[in-house]
Amino acid sequence: MIVLLIGISLLVAVGFLVAFLIAVKKGQYKDTHTPAIRVLFDNETEEEKKKINNSESK
Amino acid sequence: MNKETKTEILLTCYHCGDECKDDSIRIDEKLFCCNGCKTVYEILDQNKLCNYYNLDQNPGISPNFNFGNRFDYLDDPSTIQKILDFQDENISKATFHIPQMHCSSCIWLLENLFKLNIAVTHSQVDFLKKELSVTFNHNKISLKELVKLLTSIGYEPQILLESVEQKNENKSSQTLHLRIGVAGFCFLNVMVFSFPEYLGIDVSDSFLKDFFVTLNFILSLPVVFFSGWEYFGSAIKGLRKKIINIDFPISLGILALFGRSIYEVASQTGAGYFDSLTGLIFLLLIGKFFQEKTYSYLNFERNYKSFFPLSVTIKIDGKEMSIPVNKLMVGNRIIVRKNEIIPADAILFNGAGRIDYSFVTGESKPVTKVSGEMIYAGGRQLSSAIELEVIREVSQSYLTQLWNNDIFNKKTESFFTNFSNVVSKRFTIFVLLTAFVSVGFWLPSSFATAINVFTAVLIVACPCAIALSAPFTFGNAMRIFGRNKFYLRNTSVIEDLGKVDSIVFDKTGTITQLGKSDLVFTGTVLNSFQQKIIKSLVRNSTHPLSLKIYNSLESDDFFPVTKFDEIPGLGITGVVYGNTIKVGSKEYVNQSAHADDLATKIFVSINDEVLGFFTVTNSYREGIGEVVKSLSKRFKLSLLSGDNEGEKFNLLKFFTTKDELLFKQSPEDKLNYVKSLQSSNKKVLMVGDGLNDAGALKQSDVGIAVTEDISSFSPACDAILDASNLNMLPKFLNYSQSAIKIIYISFVISFLYNLIGLSFAIQGMLSPLIAAILMPLSSISVVLFATISTNLLAKRRGLLSQ
Repeated sequence: MIVLLIGISLLVAVGFLVAFLIAVKKGQYKDTHTPAIRVLFDNETEEEKKKINNSESK
Repeated sequence: MNKETKTEILLTCYHCGDECKDDSIRIDEKLFCCNGCKTVYEILDQNKLCNYYNLDQNPGISPNFNFGNRFDYLDDPSTIQKILDFQDENISKATFHIPQMHCSSCIWLLENLFKLNIAVTHSQVDFLKKELSVTFNHNKISLKELVKLLTSIGYEPQILLESVEQKNENKSSQTLHLRIGVAGFCFLNVMVFSFPEYLGIDVSDSFLKDFFVTLNFILSLPVVFFSGWEYFGSAIKGLRKKIINIDFPISLGILALFGRSIYEVASQTGAGYFDSLTGLIFLLLIGKFFQEKTYSYLNFERNYKSFFPLSVTIKIDGKEMSIPVNKLMVGNRIIVRKNEIIPADAILFNGAGRIDYSFVTGESKPVTKVSGEMIYAGGRQLSSAIELEVIREVSQSYLTQLWNNDIFNKKTESFFTNFSNVVSKRFTIFVLLTAFVSVGFWLPSSFATAINVFTAVLIVACPCAIALSAPFTFGNAMRIFGRNKFYLRNTSVIEDLGKVDSIVFDKTGTITQLGKSDLVFTGTVLNSFQQKIIKSLVRNSTHPLSLKIYNSLESDDFFPVTKFDEIPGLGITGVVYGNTIKVGSKEYVNQSAHADDLATKIFVSINDEVLGFFTVTNSYREGIGEVVKSLSKRFKLSLLSGDNEGEKFNLLKFFTTKDELLFKQSPEDKLNYVKSLQSSNKKVLMVGDGLNDAGALKQSDVGIAVTEDISSFSPACDAILDASNLNMLPKFLNYSQSAIKIIYISFVISFLYNLIGLSFAIQGMLSPLIAAILMPLSSISVVLFATISTNLLAKRRGLLSQ
């Protein structure tokens, strides 16, 4: 029983390790600064576009 | 000419935030400083990209629409191939360095390039590296058009010879990440499985015991053979060169730990040291991570190629065309336009040359050249276009020759690694001797104990703490420096900084600010009435020097000026209350006045009596006086300038007479001066900025490049310092010295650990328990000591906010 549990716990841990390795391979650690800014940009919906255009033409 | 009302409200450009001269260029309520900015706004407005202006205040960059055929070289297939990262039938990928990007608006706009041109499929910004990678369909938009598009919105990519020539991705940091990840994972799991051991729980079930041990063994395999592989590789490399480097005892220690653990497991005598083993490698790698965490986005290894443009315009049979600069040949006729850099030594053929060599020589006054004269590469043409005939290829020019000086090929040996290597070499030999002696001592009585003692000595004496202390201390110190805008090439620079005993300053651009200047009046002291009438007079002129004089004089109200006259290139005159005043050049004011040609001088006379002259001098960086004062107590200071002696008087305000002030120094003179200091056993710190200091920066023990914008330009150097923080230089030097002391103390601590451990080990008394405690304890305590003490010191020195 305990062997099974340890095996599962190890598997879960290996899963995280693999996730980390994939992240490194994909270059997620190459640039740690720009994404932090990028996430703050609003996704423009059609409505917002109109709003922006209206406010600027005023 | 009378400007009675001074504009009270500053008109700022909606696009770039610069001051607008008037409100003539406008769209609705939005003012623009120039038509370029207006055009960019229109482009963005048409494409509904005006969100750009909402993210940051006046984010734009005033564009340069004068393409001419500047980008024609981008039609050349071989050049395109060099620039592109990837190309297939439809898609091309390219990475551009764009130094202009500076805010979140820039990122937003550049990542929305596809809205400007549908041929762009994807664009992504790396802000720290100031790089933009673009994927585009080259059937719809050529590379040249893409570059033009970027330039038209103000982001002109910087395409330089060097960046084109060498494009090697740095994979090493990625591998290090992987190694740390694997080591950390295995280390933590091994610790978990070792818990029964730690707590002294007697696991009666021998199956479970074996199970844990086997798991530990399996988990340690990737750590030793993947994560720790670098140490073995480096040690073997060292041995091949018959050098015992710091990695040799480390790998010996790792092997001993690993071997003994396997032996214990196999012989069922114990649980091994898998936790210490994996933990040790994990900590070592973390230390390495600190050590290698240089600022990869700063370029420390620039050479002359970084300065030269990628293309030149040549003239063949009366036709102008752009070619890559490395295809330039002797005899080519080239055209150099205003503000372009002359790429090769050439003879002036046509036009008037006004060449600014400040980049090369530090001399800030432009040199005038006429047809038939030789012009060296590296100068910047200031007036209109000139035609030149190339007499030497780019790689043969005077400037390039300087660069090919031996020092640029010499790989500078890191002092710290050296020191650490010497220590570990002695120590390793000592440990090996101890191990063999104790084996010899124990062998007659018991073979098992002898093997025990042998491995125990190797394990305990592994100088891992020595290997850890320096990277952690220096790594942390480097991080603290970085926060203060002082970026080091690598950690060994700190060691060198701490050893410095003489400092050489460059003048132009280093302790003076480029482009800014002050005005000094020499002659009879002007009384307030005289000041007032001079100010009233110059107020009528828009000449930049008049404005300078205007700003330097104190007076609030003005006299009426009559008979005002301005003679371009000579000076101005006018009458105030019957006094005729003349302000202008020597000839204009009074021919008989004697003066030498050292600096720009503006003479003043009232009623034909010459009162004196204004001198335009360089403006010194803030706090430079205090810096020099506090440094001169402990260091030998020198100042080298490419300029003439015109500034000597002002410099003596900062420097004392025991400091050496040398003028009219060529780049080689500077280099040789540093060399001569070094030959008298001085450790030289060179503080410079331009290409003209490049030789000296490289020759010196530590070369610091001072720059206004850390990402824009700096010559090859050991460290880059943001100009605004030059006044913190004394603090940096002090802190480096303290960092070295911290390392020595950590060395002592780890030596103590090793000695205690050794004394137990030799006697054959080192139980697995003591070894298991001692090993990680020594490593961790050294790491903690290094990190905490560097932080504390930085706080006390004011380098780190509380």
